[in-house]
Amino acid sequence: MGILIDLDKCNGCGNCIEVCPFGLLELVDDKVQVKEGCNFCRACQEACTYDAILIEAAVEEVEVSDLHRGVWVFAEQRNGKIKGVAYELLSKGRELADTLNAELSAVCFGHNVAEASELTGYGADKVYLVDAPIIKGFEEDLYTAKFVELICQYRPEIVLAGATPMGRSFMPRVAARLRTGLTADCTGLEIDLGRRLLLQTRPTFGGNIMATIICSSKRPQMATVRPRVFKKNTPDKERKGQVIKLDFERGGITSKIKLLDFIEDLTERVKLEDTDIIVSGGRGLGKAENFHLLEELANVMGAALGSSRPPVDEGWIPYSHQVGQTGKTVCPKLYIACGISGAVQHLAGMQTSEIIIAINDDPNAPIFEVATYGIVGDLFKVVPMLIARLKGR
Amino acid sequence: MNIVVCLKQVPGTTEVKIDPQTNTLIREGILNILNPFDAYALEEGVRLKERCGGRVTAISMGPPQAEEMLREAISLGADEAVLLSDKAFAGADTLATSYTLARAIEKLGQTDLIICGRQTFDGDTGQVGPELAEMLGLPFVAYVSKIEDINKGMHLQRMVEEGHEIIELPLPAVITVVKEINVPRLPSLRGLAKAKSAPIPVWTAEELAIDMDKVGLKGSATRVVKVFSPQRVNRGEILQGEPEEQVKNLISKLGDAGIV
Ligand SMILES: Cc1cc2nc3c(=O)[nH]c(=O)nc-3n(C[C@H](O)[C@H](O)[C@H](O)COP(=O)(O)OP(=O)(O)OC[C@H]3O[C@@H](n4cnc5c(N)ncnc54)[C@H](O)[C@@H]3O)c2cc1C
Ligand SMILES: Nc1ncnc2c1ncn2[C@@H]1O[C@H](COP(=O)(O)O)[C@@H](O)[C@H]1O
Repeated sequence: MGILIDLDKCNGCGNCIEVCPFGLLELVDDKVQVKEGCNFCRACQEACTYDAILIEAAVEEVEVSDLHRGVWVFAEQRNGKIKGVAYELLSKGRELADTLNAELSAVCFGHNVAEASELTGYGADKVYLVDAPIIKGFEEDLYTAKFVELICQYRPEIVLAGATPMGRSFMPRVAARLRTGLTADCTGLEIDLGRRLLLQTRPTFGGNIMATIICSSKRPQMATVRPRVFKKNTPDKERKGQVIKLDFERGGITSKIKLLDFIEDLTERVKLEDTDIIVSGGRGLGKAENFHLLEELANVMGAALGSSRPPVDEGWIPYSHQVGQTGKTVCPKLYIACGISGAVQHLAGMQTSEIIIAINDDPNAPIFEVATYGIVGDLFKVVPMLIARLKGR
Repeated sequence: MNIVVCLKQVPGTTEVKIDPQTNTLIREGILNILNPFDAYALEEGVRLKERCGGRVTAISMGPPQAEEMLREAISLGADEAVLLSDKAFAGADTLATSYTLARAIEKLGQTDLIICGRQTFDGDTGQVGPELAEMLGLPFVAYVSKIEDINKGMHLQRMVEEGHEIIELPLPAVITVVKEINVPRLPSLRGLAKAKSAPIPVWTAEELAIDMDKVGLKGSATRVVKVFSPQRVNRGEILQGEPEEQVKNLISKLGDAGIV
C-alpha cells in the first residue's frame, strides 16, 4: 500500500498538486513529493498526464455478498411518539430503495407505539416492530444487542438513523459490533448503482468542508442523518405494508446501565433539534436580562430559544441552548439570529436552516452572507416591533 | 481509580479553509490544538482522581507532533501520557481508531474509567467513544454532563434533548462528556515543570502487537472519496427602509413562506 512518484517521468508541472483534496503534494527541486496523510484517492493519478504517479492498490475491494439487500430506517420514538427524522428518513429511504430496486423497512423499538403502523404510509414496505415493556424507554444496551441481532438475521445493505442523541450514541455501538463503517451526521445521500454503494456526504471541519464517504467492503453501510435535512413526504394512507411484530426475548441480553431518573428541562424552549422555529441570541444582547426579549419573541412565534457561545460562556443562558460546532446542530424552517455575528463555528450549527433571518447592527457581519433576509439595525428596536406586529395579527 | 482520557490533536479550525481555485485544504499556518472537547474529558479525569485517588493516563493516536499536546495534558494534571504513533495508523476512520485505542488501553492494564470528548473538531463524528466501548466490551454512557456519585459504580447525568437522565453505570466503563460538565483549569507551574521533562513513550503497531489489517486506512470501513467547499449560496436580501418598514416587509415575507 503506498503512493510513489516516478522521478524520471515527473516534470514538475504541478497539475497533481492542485487536485489533491488534502493538499499533500508539494514541489521540491522541481519534483513532486507526497506528505503524510495520503488516503490513495487517486485524484492526483488521474490528473497526471505523464503516468508519473504510482499507487499500489490501497484497500482491496472486498467482494460484498449479494445476501445483503434492502434499506432500513431506524424509527426512533420517545414516550411512544415517533420522531420527525424517522419520517424524513423513510421518505429519502424510499428513493434510495427504488433506485436499488430493493425493499424499504422501518425498525421500531418500544412499547405500544401507536404510530408504528403509520410508518408504511411514508414508504416502508415492512415495519419490524419490537414491542416489549422493558424497552419502553431508551435502554441503550438492549437496543444495541437487539438491533445487531436483527441486522444479522435480515441483512439489510443500508441502515439509516437520525443523528439525534440516541442515534449518535447507539448506532456507533451497533457499527462497531458488526465491524462495519458508519458515517456520522450526513446531509446528503445518493446511490452509485453500478457498485450498489451509498454515497454519504457530510460536513467536516466545522462545516467548512464537505466530504463524500463510502463504505465499499463492509455491510451494512450505515449512516446517521441530521434531522430536517430531508423532506418528509405527505403520507399515503392507502399505501399497504406489512407490520411484523417481534418479541423481545431477553436471552443473553443484559443491560449494564440503569436509568434511575429523568429530569425534564422545564423551560420547553430548549428542544432545538425538533422544532420549526428557533429564535437565537448572541453577544449583541449585552446581558442576561435581555434574553427575556427573545423569550417573548419565541413565545409569540412558538419557537425554541437558541444562543451563540458567548452568552453561554457568560452564564446568561444554559449550555443546552448553544447552537454551533460545540453546541447543537439545528435545521429548523426558520432561524432568527439576533446580535450574532455569524462566526464560522456558529454557522456550522445552523447554516442549513431553511430560512435564516439576521438582525444585526453591523452591515459587514458575516451572518448576512448566509441570511435569507437581513435587517441591519438595532435589535432592541427591531425585535420589540416584530413582537408587537406578530401579536397584533 | 485508574482513569484513561483519550485526547486528539486537531487543527484550530477557524483557519481551515478550502482554496476556491484549487479545491484543496489550505493547511499553512494552522495551529494544532488539543481538541477543545477533550479538555473537558481531561479535566473531569483529573477531578475524579483528586476526589478518589488513582492515576490519570492521557493517550492519543496521532503523528509524532501530538507529543506536544500530551505534554500540555501533563501540565494540566495528567500523571502520564502515551502516544500511539505509526505510519500504519494513518488514515484511520472511527472503527480503526477505536480498535487501536482499545488495544492500547488493554496494554495499559487495569482501567476503571475511560473518558472521551463528545466529538472532535476535524472528524466531528462523536463515534470513537461508543465504538471504543464496544471494542473493549464495556458499558457506555454518552453526553455525560455531571458525575454525581462514585461508589461501586457511578451515578451520572446524561444530557438528552428534553432534559437530563440520571444513570447508574457500573465500572469499568467508557463515557463521553459534554462541555457543561466542568470548567477546565489552567496549567499549574508544577505541572508545567513536570510536563517539560516527563517521558512520553511512543507505542508503534509492533509494540501494541496489533492486527495490522485492522488499523489505519487498511482497517477502515469507510473512505473519503471527495472533499469540496459547501455551497454557500448568497441568498441574502437586505431589507431596506426604516425599522418599521423592514419589520413589516419581513412579516409579509414570512407570511408568503407560510411561516406566520
Ligand atoms: C473552538 C471553538 C468553538 C466554538 N464553538 C462555538 C459554537 O458552538 N457556537 C458559537 O456560537 N460559537 C462558537 N465559537 C465562538 C465563535 O468563534 C464566535 O466567537 C461566536 O460565535 C461569536 O458569538 P456572537 O456572534 O454572539 O458574538 P460577536 O461575534 O461578538 O457578535 C455580536 C454581534 O452582535 C452585533 N450587535 C451588537 N449589539 C447589537 C444590537 N444592539 N443590535 C444588533 N446587533 C448588535 C454586533 O454587531 C456583532 O456582530 C467557538 C469558538 C472556538 C474557538
Ligand atoms: N486519534 C485519537 N486519539 C485519541 N483519542 C481520540 C482520537 N480520535 C478520537 N478520540 C477520542 O474520541 C472522541 C470522539 O472523536 P470523534 O469520533 O473523532 O469525533 C474525541 O473527543 C477523543 O476523546
